[in-house]
Amino acid sequence: MAKKIKLSELGSLFNDMDVESLEGVTIEGDIELEMDTGGGLDPQLAYMLGHETAQIARHLINISRLLGYPVDQLFGSMAQAAIPGVIRPGQLLPSKFEVNKVEEWKNPIQEVTLGATSSDGGTRTSTITLGGENALPYYFDSPMPHRNHITMDVFDMPIGMAKAVRVNYEDVIDSPAEWAKKAVNDYGADMVTIHLISTDPGIKDTSPREAAETVADVLQAVDVPIVIGGSGNPEKDPEVLEKAAEVAEGERVLLASASLNLDYERIAKAANDYGHVVLSWTQLEINAQKELNRKLMKQCNVKREDIVMDPTTAALGYGLDYAYTNMERIRLAGLIGDEELSFPMSSGTTNAWGAREAWMVGSPLKEDSDWGPREYRGPIWEIVTGLTLSLAGNDLFMMMHPGSVAVLKEITQSLHGSLERDAVDISDWVTAEV
Amino acid sequence: MKVNSPLEVYKFLPQTNCGDCGEATCMAFASHMIDRSLKLEDCPPLLEDKFKKKYLKLAELLAPEIREVIIGTGEHTVSVGGDDILYRHQLTFFNQPALAVDVWDTMSEDELVERIKFINEYKKFYVGRFLKLDMVAIRSTSGDPDKFKQAVTSVAENTELPLILCSLDPKVLKAGLEVVADRKPLLYAATKDNWQDVADMVMEYDVPLVLFSPDDLDTLKSLAATFLEMGRDDLILDPGTNPQGKSLRESFENFLMIRRAGIKEGQHEIAFPLLAVPMTAYLANDDPVSASYWETVLASVFSVRYGDIMIVHSIEPYALLPELHIRDTIYTDPRTPVKVDPKVYEVGSPGKDSPVFVTTNFALTYYTVESDLASSGIDCYLLATDTDGLGVEAAVAGGQMTGQKVSDEFKRLGFDFSEMTAHNTVILPGLAARLQGDMEDASGLKVKIGPPDSGRIPGWMEKNWPPE
Repeated sequence: MAKKIKLSELGSLFNDMDVESLEGVTIEGDIELEMDTGGGLDPQLAYMLGHETAQIARHLINISRLLGYPVDQLFGSMAQAAIPGVIRPGQLLPSKFEVNKVEEWKNPIQEVTLGATSSDGGTRTSTITLGGENALPYYFDSPMPHRNHITMDVFDMPIGMAKAVRVNYEDVIDSPAEWAKKAVNDYGADMVTIHLISTDPGIKDTSPREAAETVADVLQAVDVPIVIGGSGNPEKDPEVLEKAAEVAEGERVLLASASLNLDYERIAKAANDYGHVVLSWTQLEINAQKELNRKLMKQCNVKREDIVMDPTTAALGYGLDYAYTNMERIRLAGLIGDEELSFPMSSGTTNAWGAREAWMVGSPLKEDSDWGPREYRGPIWEIVTGLTLSLAGNDLFMMMHPGSVAVLKEITQSLHGSLERDAVDISDWVTAEV
Repeated sequence: MKVNSPLEVYKFLPQTNCGDCGEATCMAFASHMIDRSLKLEDCPPLLEDKFKKKYLKLAELLAPEIREVIIGTGEHTVSVGGDDILYRHQLTFFNQPALAVDVWDTMSEDELVERIKFINEYKKFYVGRFLKLDMVAIRSTSGDPDKFKQAVTSVAENTELPLILCSLDPKVLKAGLEVVADRKPLLYAATKDNWQDVADMVMEYDVPLVLFSPDDLDTLKSLAATFLEMGRDDLILDPGTNPQGKSLRESFENFLMIRRAGIKEGQHEIAFPLLAVPMTAYLANDDPVSASYWETVLASVFSVRYGDIMIVHSIEPYALLPELHIRDTIYTDPRTPVKVDPKVYEVGSPGKDSPVFVTTNFALTYYTVESDLASSGIDCYLLATDTDGLGVEAAVAGGQMTGQKVSDEFKRLGFDFSEMTAHNTVILPGLAARLQGDMEDASGLKVKIGPPDSGRIPGWMEKNWPPE
């Protein structure tokens, strides 16, 4: 026994009812279904047919409803359960996933090399290259030519540190050279940063000459590229960094930093004269970053390959939202062609230790739930702060805690695609006994 | 959304400038539609019958590119998705990623109840409010429908939080769903193998659903297209969270690709919220601290890049605190002001012998200091001096906070020390210690230096207050 349903006949049906058109209803072409319910039908095919007829039924119900007929009463309470079951397709609809690459990322980030080997007039045994990206970090649009790098902090005098950090350096705290060695040999630092904080007139007022000796000691102690940082005193830093640059001549150190609130011309000149790279530091302000970079290039004749930016790092919970968005905007602007912002970036990730969550024994607020042991809280605070900025485009991380360094390396290199690890079957994670 | 200028919205508004929405003009209202700071339903005339067509058209034009999915019922819901942008500065992200902590059906009843209580109560104060956990994910580790049913029953009795029911076995899922269907839990998950049974279930019970297709976006899209065809659009996608090595990078890329397809290319079949499972870190790490750390790392990565729900296992505070903070960081609206009004605030009920503290009007700094003082029950005055929203250290370095400026601020605000206090003493933050002399000269007050962190004010008070 065969039945035929012709949708084209619907038209004449409506004619009789004096309906000209139905808004929101389109029936494309004629649908003709022949059904033989006498048996021998492939169950899969039957299911598909069921699906088709249910679709037609749904159209017809809609039409009836539009015409004002109380369809829902007709089906009563069974309708809800019955109809959905019927319209389930017999198999997955085939589909192919595709997505385009970003076309507007046409401008590569400047490549900057830190450190110089003997063939280039230095004494380092290796160099590090930052930048060169054609996409946001770890994106599939274009491979990231260089992985992220980590430079660990060394201070030229004992300083106050969170306990979790201090325990790692107690044996070397009086010797910057030993400290630097430990960072490189034991903790896997790609570079070290010697912070000449004792030169601050408010601290020890160490002379530039003495500070330069410390720099020489550190260069002697390790053979990785180094960063030289001042004390942050805008009056004193230029002369300190000039002397330090001189003693490190030819080593392509990163000179930290030139900023708008000190005599950046002197820093730039020191870098140019002695063959170094300038760290262009601004405080969470993209336009100030443009301005300083422009001045370094136009006014001070610093070459593009000699500039790295530090747009400022704020800790997780203490303004990381600004630091993150500022860096991401800078990187996106660079990629689409802003030549004043297309430089590699550096982050003072150590700032994370300023967050009370990183160092305090517990919450000062009695309303807070337990904060747990601080020796685990501190390092993860530094990791998450750095990791977040790595996703915004930061290339170089200045860090303190050895555990944080190890984990940040692991995750940035995993995302970079350069780490081989055993594959883990995640298809049944739900039942995992952990 | 399909429109990007207020003019395109204005066309569909009543254009009467009636002001019922609180805005002066319909054009002003239209611009609030574009920046999503008001809702279409805030225009009362638009809800009248005669504007119905325009309302529906606008609703369609203004719908976010990524669907918003609601889990739970009544007051106890979590909304996820609803985004229109790929980068935070372009507008703001909506709906913070929901943190779902797992429980499992082979736990003892006592353990389960204790864990649920912990999840319910965990909180961290931050800028005037508490950061909290959002959901409970119940995993069937037993594979036994009865056990699952029992666990779900027990969880439901002990929490109001929205639930995720996790099993790839439809029989198990159904056993749980029968108990809590009226709470509209999220079902995890339909896969290429079980989708037909799961489809029947979501249609029968009308609940939101996760589609799980690890490392296979074609199948994920097929699943999504198929469920859309069935009229289901409360879907969430899990492309798989591989915990390490190159396959982690691939998972990361999958999140990027799906979100770009949805937002930039308008591929509506895949424009759904995404679910990440940082707890796969436990499949790759045996040591519990390493696993917990790595889970936090994965949760951070997917909070930054497009995860909308995270299922996590660790309840160590060192994992939860950064997880709560990082998603708040990324989802904080960059358009909201970060300053409080510069003024002398009263904490508790200060009198003439109460101390007078100074901080800046950067919202984060102010709220931190204020909550530290209030929480310790210290009655005092607190000046939020106008530093244009900078913190203490930056404001001292940049000259926005000087002795003269702080002194002038007290005068401008009419706070007279000889009248308001019996001690004529002001307390500067420890990070502004170098302003002490300057402040004494400018104000003629006695100037004390407080601790560098306001969390230490109670201890400082014991030694330094009242002044001699």
